[in-house]
Amino acid sequence: MHGVLPPQTPDPAPAPRAQSLLRFFTCGSVDDGKSTLIGRMLYDTNSVFEDQLEALERDSKKFGTQGANLDFALLLDGLSAEREQGITIDVAYRYFGSNKRAFIVADTPGHEQYTRNMATGASTAELAIILIDARKGILPQTRRHSFIVSMLGVRDIVLAVNKMDLVNFDETVFNDIVASYRTLTAGLGFAHVVAIPLSARDGDNIATTSARTPWYRGPSLLAHLETVEPVAASEERAFAMPVQWVNRPDLDFRGYAGTIATGEIRRGDEIVALPGARRSKVARIIGPDGERARALAGEAVTITLTDEIDISRGDVLATTPHHLKPRRNMEARLLWMIDAPLAPGRDYIIQLATGTANARIAALHHQIDVESFQPRPAQVLTMNQIGFVSLACDKALVMADYRQDRDLGAFILIDRLTNQTAALGVIEPAVAAPAELAIAPAMAPSLWDRIGAQMDGADALLSVALTLVVYGLSGSAPAALVVGGVDLILRPIVAMLRAESRARRPAAPDENNESGAGI
Amino acid sequence: MSLEHLLKLEAESIHIFREVAATCERPVILYSIGKDSAVLLHLAMKAFYPANPPFPLLHVDTTWKFREMIAFRDQRAKELGLDLIVHINQEGVRAGIGPIASGSRLHTDVMKTQGLKQALDLYKFDAAFGGARRDEEKSRAKERVFSLRSAEHRWDPKNQRPEPWRLYNTRKMPGESFRVFPLSNWTEADVWDYILQENIPVVPLYFAAPRPVVERDGALIMRDDERLPLKPGEEVRTRMVRFRTLGCYPLTGAVESTASTLPEIIAEMRASRSSERQGRMIDHDGSGSMEAKKQEGYF
Repeated sequence: MHGVLPPQTPDPAPAPRAQSLLRFFTCGSVDDGKSTLIGRMLYDTNSVFEDQLEALERDSKKFGTQGANLDFALLLDGLSAEREQGITIDVAYRYFGSNKRAFIVADTPGHEQYTRNMATGASTAELAIILIDARKGILPQTRRHSFIVSMLGVRDIVLAVNKMDLVNFDETVFNDIVASYRTLTAGLGFAHVVAIPLSARDGDNIATTSARTPWYRGPSLLAHLETVEPVAASEERAFAMPVQWVNRPDLDFRGYAGTIATGEIRRGDEIVALPGARRSKVARIIGPDGERARALAGEAVTITLTDEIDISRGDVLATTPHHLKPRRNMEARLLWMIDAPLAPGRDYIIQLATGTANARIAALHHQIDVESFQPRPAQVLTMNQIGFVSLACDKALVMADYRQDRDLGAFILIDRLTNQTAALGVIEPAVAAPAELAIAPAMAPSLWDRIGAQMDGADALLSVALTLVVYGLSGSAPAALVVGGVDLILRPIVAMLRAESRARRPAAPDENNESGAGI
Repeated sequence: MSLEHLLKLEAESIHIFREVAATCERPVILYSIGKDSAVLLHLAMKAFYPANPPFPLLHVDTTWKFREMIAFRDQRAKELGLDLIVHINQEGVRAGIGPIASGSRLHTDVMKTQGLKQALDLYKFDAAFGGARRDEEKSRAKERVFSLRSAEHRWDPKNQRPEPWRLYNTRKMPGESFRVFPLSNWTEADVWDYILQENIPVVPLYFAAPRPVVERDGALIMRDDERLPLKPGEEVRTRMVRFRTLGCYPLTGAVESTASTLPEIIAEMRASRSSERQGRMIDHDGSGSMEAKKQEGYF
């Protein structure tokens, strides 16, 4: 491709509008070509207007990093600082579509200091495209992003192995990267990992499958995005709706407005209002188009009840609230997002669905090394670090585990003095004690992960270090010794098995990578 | 039949309206009369039904809007039973600021940006809804749904609050305010499809009709009143035109078109190869210019 644009065929008759919507986001290391990939998708779906293309040609000459070629990344990097530095700082949202589907894509930064923006993009996504530079393979950022994607519950992954043109479209390079990635992420709970070899710059396997990868039999990226049915964000099926606003225009009408988190509600259903456990029946459901007999998750409705009971913002209407509990204390994973570090004992404002309270960091159990997926002892959390904490609120908030309910299991912490959004967090299951969570879930991925490297003396040291970490967290010397010992013994064995499986593994376009372990 | 993705966008926008009503003290809808404002208003009516939206409309009038826009504005507010506040920067009027005498940049800054700030300060509004969409312009693509502005109304693009999930941090210091954009995730096509689906009234200028226009700097400018002086060699001709966006009439280029119904407009838009902001003269000051305007307090 050169500075002159190939002619785009204008549609003589506009195609009918897409029926469904997919929200996805891209992440990867710096210079893996995320912005280029999205720019290319916009271009290949005829979503770039002529005046924008003219501006792109001008900008490519002025700021471009592609020589005489169009720098598609400049379609996206909208802030002056980004254009000057040639990097993505903030998450940018783009909108395009084919005749099958509308897409909202979040283009998220690769730099570690913008991890919080990447997490923000992930929080609303149904699918993640994790970009890898074929020349570089899996990098620390790949691990970090995969971990955060998993933490935020995105379970459909596209592993986009980019810059295949720079490795001569070598199938072996592709297969090795895919095999390593599957091993790395085996414990992350992804439902599907679909690997596609790409050249975003040249357009290979973006809109159509490329003749330069005859060995690849899977779909093009856009074909996959058009047809994929992502797994549901929330596992829970019972009805729950956080009350957002009480609508009371006059004495005859009292409605509870909100967006339904999970499940379905019908006129006449019995409901309970949490945290108070007051019961009533649904009298009316008012949707955006008026009176309704039923409403579903994701819809913004107003519900009236047959009884006058006292309900206010922050309460939750539910039918069978087995997964919901009013709680003052909970365990959660936090991603810290501001300069001032988290310190145990400090008070923050927690905002969880529509409820707010004062929340104290009762304990910081550990930090999670997002590259090795290992717990590490920590006194503080600094910006972009993830930690496992106990929170104590000054009043009960109705909540669920994040896995079950993305709305009632997610929260932000707000700094009381500056009003900054200090952290995002997800509620973890309450049953397990923090120390157990610290060890068990981290074990499997850590083993799989680190045995990827060649065995050397450092590995023995790592096992000793792991033993000490486990001891520090659990307070149990026997447990720590067992963990460390198993780690040390298993390393060579697993490394051998892994080398074997890598040699045998074909380039499967789609593989169910379900693993109950999670982290 | 409703499109699934329009239902999702609608639900998200309604959620945002309600969040403001529940957490801000003095919200206002910045009503600019165009198609995006029409959708904004429609969604606000839905969000609080059967009540009316618990906040007024504000129009910052630069005194150079198309006459049809002003008539439409007054009629809509009356039909819906909403309070309409019209604010004009009288200092600017006294100084003789206008798009022709002062140029587009100064006019926009004084009559629009400064006028907006005056009105927000005067009425002490702490949250102002706007119809801006992220797909309009690159720096808008990075804007939050709840965009925090300092007491001086400045936007700091490098210090924006992350907005994960549907969790909007609506806390602010005294004097600070929010610009809130419920249509952040809508595209131009979504707006028109929704207008068609919901049968939302829009200003007739969007539909093609014979109108008096002059060709100036490659744009078709409608001579809406006698204030537009003709340059030597310029001639007013009646041509079949319509507008893709609406602003101050001397700064808004028309497009030649015969699309006089909503389905025709939608068909034309989908076949179009240029973006809607192309007709906006104020955007053509280099790619960073919207970002600079926004930092100064432009919506």
